[in-house]
Amino acid sequence: MQGRMGRENKLDGNASAGTLQAIFPFEMTEVMVTCAGCGASNVIGETAAYVSGMGTIVRCPSCDRALIRIARLEGRSYLDLRGSRVLRIHADG
Amino acid sequence: MSGGFISRGFKGRRQQADVAGRLPPGQHLESGFPVLSAGPTPNTPLDQWDFVVTGSVKAPKRWNWNELLALPHETPTVDVHCVTKWSKLDTHWEGVSVDLLLREVEYDSTSVRYATAFSEGDYTTNLPLADLLGGKAWVVFGYDGQPLDPVHGGPARLLVPHLYFWKSAKWVRGLRLTEQDQPGFWESLGYHNYGDPWKEQRYSGD
Repeated sequence: MQGRMGRENKLDGNASAGTLQAIFPFEMTEVMVTCAGCGASNVIGETAAYVSGMGTIVRCPSCDRALIRIARLEGRSYLDLRGSRVLRIHADG
Repeated sequence: MSGGFISRGFKGRRQQADVAGRLPPGQHLESGFPVLSAGPTPNTPLDQWDFVVTGSVKAPKRWNWNELLALPHETPTVDVHCVTKWSKLDTHWEGVSVDLLLREVEYDSTSVRYATAFSEGDYTTNLPLADLLGGKAWVVFGYDGQPLDPVHGGPARLLVPHLYFWKSAKWVRGLRLTEQDQPGFWESLGYHNYGDPWKEQRYSGD
């Protein structure tokens, strides 16, 4: 796993694609997310993702706020969207 | 010579048995030191760093970096267990006992029974206050004879080795003492509220 030893496990938002795909029925990396903290808008593929064995934390590239927190534990997904003010989703995906 | 081989083999098996007895259920032995972080590695200059005990206390108590280092040091050697199933044995740390820090703070121990450790950024983790007392927890700033590497939580992290390692908050900046238990960063996302590795309390409901 990239970043497992000796460095932080920061990747770009595209690294969250697989985890998000298991929950949302559309391509989440192309969704625009507005940060509930600083108000910056970015497509999820261009955010920062911290991916580890515990979960995936998608963070705002401007202020580092956690936009989306996901843990998949024993067949259950836990999803926290408190850090996302708005998700803009194209109807055609 | 053959006796030497037999002796080494015997010792090897005994060591394996010793190791097995120190691994909680579902864990495997790790010789490296994996990095697991949920956010960016901070780089606060030490002259701007402090550690505070706050919350339900008579008056918050704050230590700057030099004041923390001036307290008596302890050098615990402990086994650590990550909820992602690796364990690392005989890790050598240097730090200050949480007992020592909390001794300098006045609070009502009959009603204040929980603590939230908070870190640089948004990381928090909650524990019963009793799990931070009695020689079971430290604020550590040294690892293996060196200053604690930032990717492993330096300049300072909490060390609570009898619970899963996410409770040992990296980049810790303080403890908030509370009367009510408040689930932290991972505890509010499906992980166990207490996290005893020997009872395999990984997820909520375990």
